[in-house]
Amino acid sequence: MAPSTSSALTLNINGEKHTLTVDHRTTLLDALRERLDLTGTKKGCDQGQCGACTVLMDGRRAVSCLQLAVAAEGREITTIEGVADGDRLHPVQQAFLDLDGLQCGYCTPGQICSALGVIQEHAAGWPSAATTDVRPEAGVPELTAEEIRERMSGNLCRCGAYVSIVQAVAEAARAEEESA
Amino acid sequence: MRDFGYQRAHDVPGAVALLGADPDARYLGGGTNLVDLMKTGVERPALLVDVRELPLDGIESTDDGGLRVGATVTNSDLAAHPEVRRRYPALAEAVLAGASGQLRNMATVGGNLLQRTRCGYFTDLSKPCNKRTPGSGCSAVEGEHHNHAILGATAHCVAIHPSDMGVALTAFDAVVTYETVDGPGQSPLAEFYLPVGETPHLETALPPGALITGVTLPPAPVAARSRYRKVRERASYAFAIGSIAGALDVRDGVVREVRVAFGAVASRPWRAREAERVLTGGPATAEAFAAAADAELAAAEPLADNAYKVTLTRNLVVALLTELTEEAAR
Ligand SMILES: Cc1cc2nc3c(=O)[nH]c(=O)nc-3n(C[C@H](O)[C@H](O)[C@H](O)COP(=O)(O)OP(=O)(O)OC[C@H]3O[C@@H](n4cnc5c(N)ncnc54)[C@H](O)[C@@H]3O)c2cc1C
Ligand code: SF4
Ligand code: FES
Ligand code: FES
Repeated sequence: MAPSTSSALTLNINGEKHTLTVDHRTTLLDALRERLDLTGTKKGCDQGQCGACTVLMDGRRAVSCLQLAVAAEGREITTIEGVADGDRLHPVQQAFLDLDGLQCGYCTPGQICSALGVIQEHAAGWPSAATTDVRPEAGVPELTAEEIRERMSGNLCRCGAYVSIVQAVAEAARAEEESA
Repeated sequence: MRDFGYQRAHDVPGAVALLGADPDARYLGGGTNLVDLMKTGVERPALLVDVRELPLDGIESTDDGGLRVGATVTNSDLAAHPEVRRRYPALAEAVLAGASGQLRNMATVGGNLLQRTRCGYFTDLSKPCNKRTPGSGCSAVEGEHHNHAILGATAHCVAIHPSDMGVALTAFDAVVTYETVDGPGQSPLAEFYLPVGETPHLETALPPGALITGVTLPPAPVAARSRYRKVRERASYAFAIGSIAGALDVRDGVVREVRVAFGAVASRPWRAREAERVLTGGPATAEAFAAAADAELAAAEPLADNAYKVTLTRNLVVALLTELTEEAAR
C-alpha cells in the first residue's frame, strides 16, 4: 500500500495549538505563511542560505524553509509574532528599533529570532568559530562584535544594515545580562 | 517535489524495518541537505523515516577513554559538549566552522556525514553528472571546477565532500556504527567513503537501508592539542575551499605524534598519512612541516582552475602545525 502523502497534525505555535492537514511537502515556513496567516516569518532563498525564515523550535533557532511542517509536530515553535509580551516589545526588538538595526525590514524578523538564539546560546556557554580557545577551561567568550558577527552570520541583509544589527544585538545582550 | 509518505521512527529496529521494506525510502535527520535536494528534484524519496526521536542523541565517554556520539546528536550539541571541547577541540572547531547557528541546531551527526557534494552540476538537473545520473558524464572536468578535488579524483567525478566535521573525525580515527535488518555493523571513517573509480554515485560503505547509529572516537591523548582551520571565500557561513584538522604532540622540538587531515580536496575527508609518516620522529620546524605537506601533495592532480588548492593546503599544514608547536611551547 502506498503511504499517505498528507497528515492531519497539530502545531504548537507561540503557545497556541493549530490543527491542520498538510501535504508532506509543505515546509514549516509555507505552513506559517500560507496556511496560518503568520506572515511575519519571511521567505528569502527557500534554501537555508539567508536566515530570513528563522524561527525558534524548542527554544533554538532554526530555518523554517528546510523544516518540514509534518516533522515539526510536537515541537514548541516561536515566530516573530510570539516574541513580544502583548504590546510590550521584547528587549531585542526594542534594541533593533532604538539602534536602527534595519532598513527595509525584510530580514528583521529572522534577525530578531536569530539574535534571541544567539543570546541564549552564549548564556549557555557555547563557543563559536570566532572563539580563540574552545576548551571549557577557557571559559565563556565575551560577546564581542566579532563574536556577534560570527554567530549572526546565518542571517543575510540585502540592505547591509549589519553595523547597526551588531550594535542592536550587543545592546540587547547587555540589557538581558543586567536584568538577569 | 515528488509527494511522499512520512513516518516517525521511535526505535532503531522499527526505523531499519521501515527502510528495508522500501528501496525508495530515506532517513530524515535535520533535513538541511535532504529537503533542499528534494526541492530541486535531485532526491525523490517515496517515504521519509524521521530519525530525530530515536534514542541516539547522547554523547558518552567509553570505558577506554574515548567518546561515543549518537547519530541524532545535533551539530550544535556536539560542538558545545565539554568533553568534545576538552579532548577533541579540533572537532568542536570543525563543527563550529560549518554552516550557521540555525543549521547546526537542526543538522545531525549522521546527516552531516551523508550530506551530498555541493558541485553545482550535481544540483542542476539540466547538466550531465555521473554522480546524479550514472553514465551521463562529468560536467565539471571541463567546466566550473575551482572548488573541486585535487586528490583521489577520476575523470568520472572530481567533486569534493563538503563536511567540516568529517575532517576532524577522520583525523581522530572515528568509527561509524550502523544498524541493518541483518544486524549491526561498523566502518572506520577512513574506509567509509568509497574510492571514486568509475562509480561516483556509490559513495559509502553503508549497506542499503542501513541506519547510522553513531560514531565512536577512540581515545587519543594527542587530540587534546588539536585545531581546525578553514579557508573560505567569505569570512563565515560558506563551504571550505581548503581546510585542515591537525593534532600534534611535540617534545624537545621533536614530533612524537601527529595527526593531519584535509578538507575540500577530495571526495572524502583526506587523511594525510604520508605527511604524518614523514613528520613523526623528526623536527617540529616550518621546513619539516612544508616538506611533509609536499610529500602528501605529491600525488595531487589539480584541474585547470584549482591548482591554487595545492599551495593553499600546503600553507595550511605549515600554519596549523606551527601554531600547535608554539602553543605546546607555552
Ligand atoms: C546554507 C548551508 C550552508 C552549509 N554550510 C556547511 C559548511 O560550511 N560545512 C559543512 O560541513 N556543512 C555545511 N552545510 C551542510 C550541513 O552541515 C548538512 O546539511 C547537515 O550536516 C546535514 O545533516 P541533517 O541532519 O540535516 O541531514 P539530512 O538532510 O536530514 O540528511 C542528509 C542525508 O543523510 C541521510 N541520513 C540522515 N541521518 C541518517 C542516519 N542516522 N542514518 C542513515 N542516513 C541518514 C539522509 O537520508 C540524507 O540522505 C550547509 C548547509 C546549508 C544548507
Ligand atoms: S564532479 Fe561529480 S558531482 Fe560534479 S558534475 Fe562531475 S560527476 Fe557530477
Ligand atoms: S528562506 Fe529559509 S534560509 Fe532563506
Ligand atoms: S533590512 Fe533590508 S534586508 Fe535587511
